[in-house]
Order: sequence, then C-alpha cells, then structure tokens
Amino acid sequence: MATEAMEQLAQREYKQGFVTDIESDTVPPGLDESVIAFISHKKGEPQWMLDWRLEAYHQWLKMTSPSWAHLDYPPIDYQAISYYSAPKKPEDRPQSLDEVDPKLLETYEKLGIPLHERAALAGVAVDAVFDSVSVTTTFKEKLFDAGVIFCSISEAIRDYPELVQQYLGSVVPRGDNFFAALNSAVFTDGSFVYVPEGVTCPMELSTYFRINAANTGQFERTLIVCDKRSQVSYLEGCTAPQRDENQLHAAVVELVALEDAYIKYSTVQNWYPGDEEGRGGIYNFVTKRGDCRGDRSRISWTQVETGSAITWKYPSCLLRGTESKGEFYSVAVTNGRQQADTGTKMIHIGKDTSSTIVSKGIAAGRSNQSYRGLVKVSPRATGSRNFTQCDSLLIGDQCGAHTFPYQEIGNSRSTIEHEATTSKIGDDQLFYCQSRGISEEDAVSMIVNGFCKDVFQELPMEFAVEAEALLSVTLEGSVG
Amino acid sequence: MLEIKDLHASVEGSEILKGITLTINPGEVHAIMGPNGAGKSTLSAVLAGRDGYEVTQGSITFEGRDLLEMEVEERAQAGMLMGFQYPVEIPGVKNIYLLKSALNAQRAARGEDEIPAPEFMKLVKEQLAFMKMDPSFLQRAVNEGFSGGEKKRNEILQMLVLQPKLALLDEIDSGLDIDAMKVVAEGVNSLRSADRAILMVTHYQRLLNHIAPDQVHVLINGRIARSGDRHLAEELEARGYEWVTEEESAA
Repeated sequence: MATEAMEQLAQREYKQGFVTDIESDTVPPGLDESVIAFISHKKGEPQWMLDWRLEAYHQWLKMTSPSWAHLDYPPIDYQAISYYSAPKKPEDRPQSLDEVDPKLLETYEKLGIPLHERAALAGVAVDAVFDSVSVTTTFKEKLFDAGVIFCSISEAIRDYPELVQQYLGSVVPRGDNFFAALNSAVFTDGSFVYVPEGVTCPMELSTYFRINAANTGQFERTLIVCDKRSQVSYLEGCTAPQRDENQLHAAVVELVALEDAYIKYSTVQNWYPGDEEGRGGIYNFVTKRGDCRGDRSRISWTQVETGSAITWKYPSCLLRGTESKGEFYSVAVTNGRQQADTGTKMIHIGKDTSSTIVSKGIAAGRSNQSYRGLVKVSPRATGSRNFTQCDSLLIGDQCGAHTFPYQEIGNSRSTIEHEATTSKIGDDQLFYCQSRGISEEDAVSMIVNGFCKDVFQELPMEFAVEAEALLSVTLEGSVG
Repeated sequence: MLEIKDLHASVEGSEILKGITLTINPGEVHAIMGPNGAGKSTLSAVLAGRDGYEVTQGSITFEGRDLLEMEVEERAQAGMLMGFQYPVEIPGVKNIYLLKSALNAQRAARGEDEIPAPEFMKLVKEQLAFMKMDPSFLQRAVNEGFSGGEKKRNEILQMLVLQPKLALLDEIDSGLDIDAMKVVAEGVNSLRSADRAILMVTHYQRLLNHIAPDQVHVLINGRIARSGDRHLAEELEARGYEWVTEEESAA
C-alpha cells in the first residue's frame, strides 16, 4: 500500500537525517505522521521543526471542526486531501499567454493589471515570458542593505532557526483552533519577515515578488516580526482571480510588533468563488492574529475579501503593550452563492490601549455574510478605547447580512463605541444616477465604492485603485 | 426639440394621461400647470423614463429620436436632464464625484475626452458661487442631510454644470422659502438661451413670477385643457383651476 511505503520511506529518512532527494512530488491523499515527516524532509527541516509539527498534529487529532460560524458546507474529508505537491515544473505550465483562458485575460484587462504581470499571474512559465531576475535581485539587495529579512518560511526555518523558534506559534499557538492546528502540522509555504530594531522597511513587501516561484500554498504560514521602533507594510494576495485545484485553504498569519513598532498588513483576496451554484469554490479558513507585544506598538489589518465560496476569517489584535493600537479595516463582498463569516477580535490587555474596527459588508446575488466581532477589555486595561463601525449594503433581495458583535468589558474606565447600519442600493438611487447619464453598472460601482471609501483609503495607493476595479468586476451583473 | 403626440399612459392599468400633444422649440420656456391628480407627475415620470409607467398610445421624439426607445442614461447623454421634486440621497457618494461622473459620462457619449481636473474645478466653483452654495457641498454625500432648499439648489447646480439642451423641472418650487426660490429661479433663468428649452411642471403660479414662461399649458384630467401665454397663469392664480375644469366639462 502506498501509505505504508511512504511510512517506511519517511522513517528511514527520519533515521538517516535530511534527505532532499525524494523523487515523488506528491503524497497520496490522507494525513498521518508519515505524511508530516515526508513534508518536513521534503522541506529539509531540522528535527525541532518536525517535532513541532507532530505535536500540532496530535493536538489536531483531539479537536473538532468549529460549527459556530454562520456557514453551510458539507463536512470535509481530511483523509481525502493530499497534503503535499511540488510546484509545477516550467514545462507543465502554459508557455505563453496564447495558451491561457481568454476569459481570465479579459478579467486582467478589466482590472488594469500591467501586461508583464498578467503572464506571471496566469502561471505562464516565467522564462518564456520575461526576465524577472533583475527586478527581484535589485529588490533583494535593497532589503539586504536595510537588514530586512524577507524569505519563504521554509528558507527561514533553515537559515534563521533562532528567530523562527522564538516567534513561530507565539501568537497563534499550535492548538489555538482546529484549522490552525492542521496548518501547524502540514504547512508547506508562506513568508517570513524580520525587520530589525529601528529600521523602516524601504519598500512595501508583497507576496507578488514571490508569485513566480510560488504555487500559492494550500496551507500557508506567514510570520512577520517587527523589532523595536521598526515598521513594515506587507501586501498579501492580488486582485487577479486565483484558481487552485485544492479546495481547502487553511492559512495562519502571525504578526509580532515590539516596542514602538508598526505593522501594516493589507490583503486582497480573490480566490475562485465557484460556479453559479457555488460548486468548486475555495473554502478559506484563515487564522490571522497580531500581537502588539511592546508598548506603543501598532498593528493594522486591512482586507478586501471578494473571492472564495466559504470565508472564515477574523484578523485579530492582542493589545498587550501599554498604549498599543489595533486596527481592522475590512471590505467583504459576496455575490452568487458565496458565504462569508468574517470580522475581528480586539483583546485589550495593556493600559490605555485603543482599537478601531471599520467593517463594510456588501452582499449581492444569493450570498450570505456575517460580521462577527469581539471587543474584550481586561480588568487591568484601564483607559482603553474602542470604536466600531459596522455597515452592510445589500444589493437585490435574495442576499443576507448579519452582525454578531460581542463585547466583554472588564473595567469601568474604558470607552466603547459601536455604530452599525444596514442599507440597500435602491432602485431610486440607481435611477437618479442614470438620469444624470451614468450607466447602471457605473452607478452601482460608484455607490459601492462610496460605501467602502473609509476602508479603501487605508490601502496602499496602487492596491486601492485595483480594489475599486475589483469590486466592479465582482458585482458585474448583480443588478437588474 | 421635444415633440409629444397624442400621449396616453397608464399606471397599474389605469389611464392617467389621455392624449397629450405638445411641441417645444429651442429657446422656449414652457410651464405645465394643473391641480393635483391631473397627471403632471405621470408626465414627468414618462419623460424621465421611470419604471412602472406604460405608454399605451402616442409618441415622444427628442431631437428627432424616439425618446421612448431610449434608456434613462441615454436621454441624459442626449441632452435631456430632469430636475426632481424629491432628489434621492446617496450616502457615501460625494456630490463632486457624482457631478464629475455625470459630466464625463455625457462627454464620453459625445465622443469627447474626460474633462481635465482643473477645468472641472473651475467650472464647478463658478456655478457653485452663482447658486450661493458653500464649497463644502461638494464634499458632502449626494443630497444626504440636505434641507429641501439645498436639494433643489443642488438640482439646478447639476443643470448649470451639465448644460442640457432640454431642462425638465418637476415641481422645482415645492418646499422652497422665498429666498431659496429666488436663487433657484436665477439659476433657471441663467439657463435660458436661444438653443435651449425649459419645461417646468408646477402646481403653483408663484414660480412663474420669477421664471417667465413663453407658454403655459393647463393639464386637467390627463389632457391639456388650455394653452396660452404667461397671462393664463395669472388668470389661473386669480380664478383657480375650477374655472378651467368647468369650461372643459361645458365644452
């Protein structure tokens, strides 16, 4: 049996140390210790990492999938999933844009994605398209000069084991939740960033720069550490639609901000949402958490969520340092049969901490979305403040928007404000715009973008422009 | 410019307009008056292209084109603009953004480039001053929290910026105090020109003291019962609509 063979192979290698030369590029479906050992070997990981993974696996075995979210999907068979496959070889990828689905190219066009990037996004073998090496090299040199480490998590485990050991799992522990435990056991890709003391990262860091090499992972693991008085802005994802053969995605992102550090993490998520009935769309179960560990540290999450069939995602902040700040700015758009349960948690632990939550949900078609937020102020977090604004916009009459705000306030010297609205794009609003010469589609995107502007202005400039275009494309045909 | 011929229109199966014929030429200002329920708002709605109004007979042509075949936005792009009685609020969309999108949509339809930002700002600021509106209006959401008078001024501001060939004003005087009325009327009067036409729909004669029409039409029970010059409006003011109604039924 294949699994047995794999087990034997894994155990043999386990004894012999690190073997990188394994011919097989995929493992058969299923998850057990041997598969984890296989992944760890394949990545050339040290013993401590394998042990860490196995511990996570044992915790995961005792856990059950959460059922509290306002989501409806069939049970996932975790033994039917293959947990490792190597990136596609260049010869297996399209050789030029001519071989790419014209519909995909049309979308790139609408989104205004530059020509040379379209090829990379569509997965065209890079050598056949353009020479990205020089761009990447300049980029790496600049970062190196600044002392910033930016590499894949696998490289970091090999090259910076002390940093990884110190911080990995320190924000999202292995047993934090079902999906985080699974990710900890089997993650295969992701990014690592370390910004040293006093350094402001000289450029915005983007997974984009690694997109050529990365077959974006099913189980991504990202760890970003900002040392004292340092700053970084990190962009994840891109507006281009991303397809993937793997339906289940369970990523973990951990951010650590030490004294006076500032991490800005922006996401644009546009995974395949499935067909009109929602079939084949990505299930996206993400654990994102930032730890404002140092005094006066600040972590800001900005997300634009438009894709996936199922989204389960609550980027959160642990405000431990005195006067630390947490921010969450979110636009979630659902159309068709999409379901999203998303929001944030702001945990005020230190004194005089503050948090801001601005959530904008747009539901169209027959989609359903929920905002779920927790603001928790511990007894000793006196002088803390939270402001929450949570707005929903409905398009049509077959979609749903729900709000689940939770507040646990442990002292009487803190201020909590919560505002919420639900509105509908009215026919009379569209008619008014049309009577001024604006087409219905442009009117919808004008109203939607107006609704989202508080969040868009938090996005880095280029991202903001793309995000506006993305919303229009996502909501195309949602009216009328 | 606008030619309405034997227009019949129904709402939910009941006939409201029962054969309206009206011709408006460039340079002319027309007023349609009438009591409540005469069909004034139905006529406005049909011209604007609102859903729910069925034209059962007759035709409307605008500059030689069949208006009833044109989409709402096409009508505006062709140069017909409606100033509404109750302009809708659009939270989150700045007034200036709506103005610019509208102007550029109309320019695009004419095959022109987008207006350069400095030129646009200059144009808007001039018209804003003319309408005695504070520049902060531009940064506010469209009609959100506007008083009745502010909404009407805003409708006229849009006309001044968009420069339509035919301006339709639906009960533009309702809810205005005398000062606001004067500002609105000045705005409308500044639109008067040899190549532009204006059609006002109003219940009250008082608007016509400020905007002198070339022709006045009295709409009663879905038909134009009487047409005349501005003195007809004065007579209506003095004698009321009943006078026309009685003559109509006597005829």
